[in-house]
Amino acid sequence: MSQEAATVQTDIHEEHHEELNFLHKYILPTDHKIIAMQYIFTGMIMAIIGGYFAYAFRMQLAFPGELVPFYGLVGPGEYNMLVTNHGTIMIFWVAMPVLIAGFGNYIIPLMIGCDDMVFPRLNRLSYQIFLVSALVLILSFFVKGGGFGGAWTSYPPLSSAAEYSLTDWGSSLWVLAVALEFVSFLLGGINFITTTMNARAPGMKMMDIPIAVWFIVLAVILFMASVGPLIAGAVMLFMDQRIGTTFFLPSGGGDPLLWQHLFWFFGHPEVYVVLLPTLGIVADIITVFARKKLFGYRTVLYTAFATGGLSFVVWAHHQFIAGIDPRMANVFVVTTVLISIPLAEMMFSYIATLYGGSIEFKTPMLWALSFLAAFLIGGVTGIYLGASALDVYFHDSYFVLAHFHYTFFPITIIGMFAAITYWFPKMFGRMMNETLGKIHFWGTFIPFNCIFLPLFFLGLAGQHRRIYNYNHFPDLATQELQDIRVFATASLVVMLFFQLIFIYNFFVSMFKGEKAPNNPWKANSLEWSIPSPPPHGNFKTLPTVYRGPYEYSAPGRDLDYWPQNEPPEKS
Amino acid sequence: MIEYYVQSASSFAGDIDNLFLVITLIIGFWFFLVFGIFVYLMVRYRRKDGVKAKYITGEKHSETKWTHYPHYAVVAFDVVIIAINILVWVDIKQTLPPRDNLVRVIGQQWSWSFIHAGPDGELDTPDDVATVNDLHLKVGETYHYELQSRDVLHNFAVPAFRLRQDAVPGRTISGWFKPTKTGTFDLQCAEMCGYGHGIMGAAVTVHSEESFNATMAQIQKGSYESHYQKRMGTKTDLPSKTSHIGKEDSFAALLASIF
Repeated sequence: MSQEAATVQTDIHEEHHEELNFLHKYILPTDHKIIAMQYIFTGMIMAIIGGYFAYAFRMQLAFPGELVPFYGLVGPGEYNMLVTNHGTIMIFWVAMPVLIAGFGNYIIPLMIGCDDMVFPRLNRLSYQIFLVSALVLILSFFVKGGGFGGAWTSYPPLSSAAEYSLTDWGSSLWVLAVALEFVSFLLGGINFITTTMNARAPGMKMMDIPIAVWFIVLAVILFMASVGPLIAGAVMLFMDQRIGTTFFLPSGGGDPLLWQHLFWFFGHPEVYVVLLPTLGIVADIITVFARKKLFGYRTVLYTAFATGGLSFVVWAHHQFIAGIDPRMANVFVVTTVLISIPLAEMMFSYIATLYGGSIEFKTPMLWALSFLAAFLIGGVTGIYLGASALDVYFHDSYFVLAHFHYTFFPITIIGMFAAITYWFPKMFGRMMNETLGKIHFWGTFIPFNCIFLPLFFLGLAGQHRRIYNYNHFPDLATQELQDIRVFATASLVVMLFFQLIFIYNFFVSMFKGEKAPNNPWKANSLEWSIPSPPPHGNFKTLPTVYRGPYEYSAPGRDLDYWPQNEPPEKS
Repeated sequence: MIEYYVQSASSFAGDIDNLFLVITLIIGFWFFLVFGIFVYLMVRYRRKDGVKAKYITGEKHSETKWTHYPHYAVVAFDVVIIAINILVWVDIKQTLPPRDNLVRVIGQQWSWSFIHAGPDGELDTPDDVATVNDLHLKVGETYHYELQSRDVLHNFAVPAFRLRQDAVPGRTISGWFKPTKTGTFDLQCAEMCGYGHGIMGAAVTVHSEESFNATMAQIQKGSYESHYQKRMGTKTDLPSKTSHIGKEDSFAALLASIF
């Protein structure tokens, strides 16, 4: 199969030599690398908006009722809008585009050794729909009534009726934006799967595919299998809002819980959809910088299959106390806690990879290792919430909030920085400044822990989420708890400040950094065998693959790496 | 640990706190073990000139045992957690012990209505006592609640009782609790319910027998000051729906002023 694909590939390859004008190169590109940049830059701009929202509502929590510098007054409605859209943006418009669409687009063709995605125009369409979805979401902040404020889970009837939410068009545009975004990723996802399955370089067997590519493909499969119910739900919600149907309104025979099932049937696999790409990227980075073969390639891969499969049968752990039959909860407790089995095995394999290594703490490696450390906390605290009886206390409390920020922050932000610092030399042909990179790393990782560790204790104190001012609840309006809130907010401001260093480093390195060689990290996978940045069409001649991607420090070789496309020595 | 912050004031609060403790011990053990090994490996195997990394595939049995054996232990601990959890859960949510008293809790945007069953112990009879944002309970009695909502989802959450249950419009959800300590506690709406979610609290007061009867009598006579009002001081900054419309634009105005 790969041989056939290779023939087709070579034919297409010949067309690529003409020079493209600016419009076709950067605005309407079909080149996967440019589309990847579009996704990554759009995602980073959305991350700035999401971070700005977080800044505004954290300031309100620390200093309730006072003017927030660079924002203004945060009233209750605005607070709801800020938290809702912070969540929505960070998950759907940052994690998904940067990690899956952005880096998926960038690394899949390069790592499997082909010249582009198999459907380049579909790829372009996918980004264009994504851009429209982002613009629709931004538009929703400015319509009459303000942006949607019913939490990112948008439970009806609050989200389905304007008389409850008070954001008539805000809610509709929100649903529309989310639905468009899903359409975009469905198109992109088809492309990723088809490309990886059909267009691999000759000689690359299934077990020679780098884990980063495998996990992105798995994530896309999970996404495509789970998103259907939610798109159906989104259409129903939109119809409830705009033409007065009553799918989710009990007064018209509907059921609000229906939405929760549709949403979480998608929503829980979605966690693994964003988790898997980062886990894959981290696997590649730790092997490169520890100069070690990945410990148990097949084990890691199969545990990811198991995690993905299990993630489809755990969704109701978000609904233990939502009014479902309490007997049903027991089943979901078992499936939820079972997820710890494959994930623990995977975690052990990653850590075992470090054993016997020769670890070099370059910036990408620092990000990758800090991901493992932070995700470990996120993972173990999930056990509390998987236990239904404890969920009776912790549901919708700051404990939940701290837990999922300990998973989503490592996944999204740490994963994004790991990927950017690792592939930056390939993407822009220049090295990033290592010192600034390390300052940025510590300036992000330490404040991150200072923000979210204290929030676990607020959760223990019974502080519930999405409240704009805790002075309305006497048990929560104590000085001790307020001190924790102020500390978390101060840490956030410090962390945001350090992001300026990253932005500076990013743009200065892009134009003025030291020139990057083809293979600055001495890595094995195929993208490092071509010039940085890769030319349009990637490979001059399609590479032939002789071995897996993780042959570091192989015995009997002088070099401690062994590129996948290097022919075996004849002895 | 939870009790350090929040009193445990219901019969099952202790069970939940103990479950928390058990899970903390288990995951604390794993966390420090794995984290310790992780840090040790990072320090021990940092790059040294002239030292080459080992070549380990992690696919031979002698190697995989290092990840498989701890992994079996994880499974064993999982079983323990599931078993204890189901015992507690069945007790709290799945069984309904015989009731001494009954109360109907109704959430609406953005306040709580309570209908106390009165001396006959039945709802919808003339001796019912209705209050707003003020729930009165007798210590040591097993209460059943009937939870309803008039508009959107709300959540009947009393941290001191370790109690939380969504109120769903169109349904009546039953459950139980048994207060064991007198005092006044927060009730917090814990499900996003719109503009006024941040103010949707109520006071839950657990009385002794005499104090309860006295309060009920006061309420019926109308000579009663709400515990909720007393706790909140004299704040009257409750938002009204109309004040919001047209006020949405401070964010837009700010952006406009920047660009």
